[in-house]
This record gives sequence, structure tokens and C-alpha cells, in this order.
Amino acid sequence: MPLSSEPSWLNCEVSTGTTIMAVEFEGGVVIGSDSRVSAGQSVVNRVMNKLSRLHDNVYCALSGSAADAQAVADIVDYQLDLHSIAMGRLPLVRSAANMVKDISYKYKEELVAHLIVAGWDKRSGGQVFGTLGGLLIRHPFAVGGSGSTYIYGYVDATYRPGMSKEDCLQFTTNALSLAMGRDGSSGGVVYLVSITEKGTEEKVVLGNNLPQFFDE
Amino acid sequence: MAAAMAGATRLSYNHNLTPEWARQEVSTGTTIMAVEFDGGVVMGADSRTTTGAYIANRVTDKLTQIHDQIFCCRSGSAADTQAIADAVTYQLGFHSIELDEAPLVQTAANLFKEMCYKYREELMAGIIVAGWDKRRGGQVYTVPMGGMMVRQPFSIGGSGSSYIYGFVDSSYKRGMSKEECLQFTANALSLAMERDGSSGGVVRLAAISESGVERRVILGNQLPKFASC
Repeated sequence: MPLSSEPSWLNCEVSTGTTIMAVEFEGGVVIGSDSRVSAGQSVVNRVMNKLSRLHDNVYCALSGSAADAQAVADIVDYQLDLHSIAMGRLPLVRSAANMVKDISYKYKEELVAHLIVAGWDKRSGGQVFGTLGGLLIRHPFAVGGSGSTYIYGYVDATYRPGMSKEDCLQFTTNALSLAMGRDGSSGGVVYLVSITEKGTEEKVVLGNNLPQFFDE
Repeated sequence: MAAAMAGATRLSYNHNLTPEWARQEVSTGTTIMAVEFDGGVVMGADSRTTTGAYIANRVTDKLTQIHDQIFCCRSGSAADTQAIADAVTYQLGFHSIELDEAPLVQTAANLFKEMCYKYREELMAGIIVAGWDKRRGGQVYTVPMGGMMVRQPFSIGGSGSSYIYGFVDSSYKRGMSKEECLQFTANALSLAMERDGSSGGVVRLAAISESGVERRVILGNQLPKFASC
């Protein structure tokens, strides 16, 4: 029997249970996440934005331990700032992903975080990179976090190359809603960011506006 | 455990002559599914049985007949599910002879539930029971690990099912025809087999209605393909 009378969630590590996703389209990327942060069974933040800005044209989505993921994103934010000032131009998405990968690989045993890096640059257009476990791989789309297992079938079936920005926004919103419906560690609202040559556009889809699916 | 072994004196030669895979329990890794339609049910399963990383049987039949128009899909330990299915087949057969009538699907589901709940600590079995009877038509009952039982319009189970929750939630519509249900099941199973290492092989389908049972197999090269592969 526990001697402490304080609630159990105070002793649990804070984790971004999570579902995150990024999709590439002609001319840019869409990156999205849910908003739930849990400590054990308790939801400690129901409106957290897990889409972190690494630079004007590159964002990353955080999953795993909230502390670890934020720490990595902060370090890469700083490194990219220096890098882009030294180069005198916007960074390449691949450079940002590489920096995330270097940290994830070097501290692989200590860290429990997976960041999906996505953005737009002049050289290769819209790109999505996965950095799970310290690898670096480019995908047309990527899903991550605990909720992602439930939507592998859906994204495999629905994704087609050559989607427009609106299609990608709808695809991401649908996939995240389905994952939030099945994963206890994902929920809240859907945050979306679209990155193109013209810049970034942030959007929030509130709970009552989320698409409804079969619910039994 | 490693620390204890390092401290112990080597009195005996510890080499194990049985290969790693022969010491693993045989498991039906699996993806299973059943869908109700007006007039019957459609059931589907993959065909892979694994012992560790070795595929012991790549053409398994996980759709087991319990009675003339009642089948079950098995997932979890192959031994446990076969033993339970055999026991329930016997009990249901006996019950049907006593009643002098075809048994209800709910009765079969209940028998599974009784056994799975009573021996819940010892068993590792996730079962979907489906079939047709005169009273309620096509019905699907799920009896997951732990031994609860609930009727659902459709049900998915097994290790591969996690990957297709999103797909089935978005694709299922009430009032689908038998052909639509067969297509829905084949698609869902293919997607799961593509992502789950413990599921694969062929897709076995069974359609049960008043007129009887119709079984089909979809071979690997005929499975529906999706763009992202």
C-alpha cells in the first residue's frame, strides 16, 4: 500500500502520448498533431501544441517524453539559427532533420522521443523526414506517436501521390481524428501547420468541428 | 538474472540443444475480422502461424466451424484456441441434439465466454464468434482476452487489428451488401497483413447465411494493393 497521500500522477513522467503526422504535397508540406499531454492516467495539458518551429520554413512534431522532445527541439532551433545566419539563407529541411537525427542517435539510450521534421526549401520543395531511433529517412508522409499504430491501415489505403494542399489538410485531420478516437493517450484538438514557398499558415480544429466516424 | 548466472559455479554444461524457435510457444499472430450484413455474416482471417520468428504454418485456417452455420475466428495461442473451440463444438453439438433445433449464435458465444472467463488467467485467446440463426439473422459476437462478450456490427481482433482501427472506423457503413462486406474485409485484412509481421500469407473468407456457408481464398498476388507500397 502506498504511503504517500498525494495523487499518483504527480509521480508519473509526463509523456506526450500522442499522434503526429506530416504529408508532402506539390509545393509544400502539412504537419499536424493532437493536443493531449498525459502523466499516467491524468491529462495534464489538453491544449498543448506539439508542432514546434525549428525555423521559418521548417517545423517538427514532438512525440514520446515531453521533456526529451522539447529539449531536442530547443537545441536544434538554436543550431539552425546559427547555421542560417552563417549561410545567409533559409536552411534546407534536410539540414534540420540531420541535426535532429544527430542528437537522437548520439543520445539514443537516454532519450525517449521521436520527432518528425517537415518543411519547404527552394532546392527540393516540400519534404518530410522521419528520425525514429536515430535514422534519417525521407517519406512522402509519416505518422508517429502512440496513436499512429491505429491509423497505419487508414493512411496506407487513403494516401495517393499528387494531392493538393486542401486534400492534405483534410487527410491529416481525418487521420488524427481516427487515432484520437482509439488511442487513450491522444485527444483534444487538432493543430495543423502548412508550409509552402509563401510561408507558414497555422490552424486549429476544435473538438466539435472534428470529422465524425463510426463510433461503437 | 544475468548477474545471478555469472556468480554461479559451472557444474553442468549449459548448452541448449533445442533451437530457439522450438522453445517458443506457437501463436496465431494474426488479424481476424467479422462483419454483419442483412441476411448473414462475412468472416475473414490471415493465414500465418508463428513460433517466435519462424512461420510454422503459412496457410493456416483460422476460421473454425463450430456448427452448421456458426464459425469462430481464432487469435492468440494456437493450442488454447484449438482446445476451446473443440470443447465448445462438443458442447454445442450436444445442446443442439437435445433441443432438436439449430443452435443460436448467442449460445455459442456464451459457451466461449464461460470458458474464456473461467480460465482467464491460464488462457491466451481472443475469439470472434459469428454465424446465422433463424431468430436474429446474422450476428457477430466478440470474446476478447479476459472473457467479456459483446455483440457488434463488426469486429476486428488479433495483433494486426491495431493497425486497421482507423481504416475500419472510417470505411464501415451500415447496410452494406454481402459483396461490399467481402471487399471491406479483404481490404482491411490486406492492410493489416502489410504492416503486422505476425500476419500474412493468404486471406481466407467465409460468408454465412440462411442458405449455408461459402468459403473463399484470396492468394497473395491477388490481394488488393494500395498506393503507398
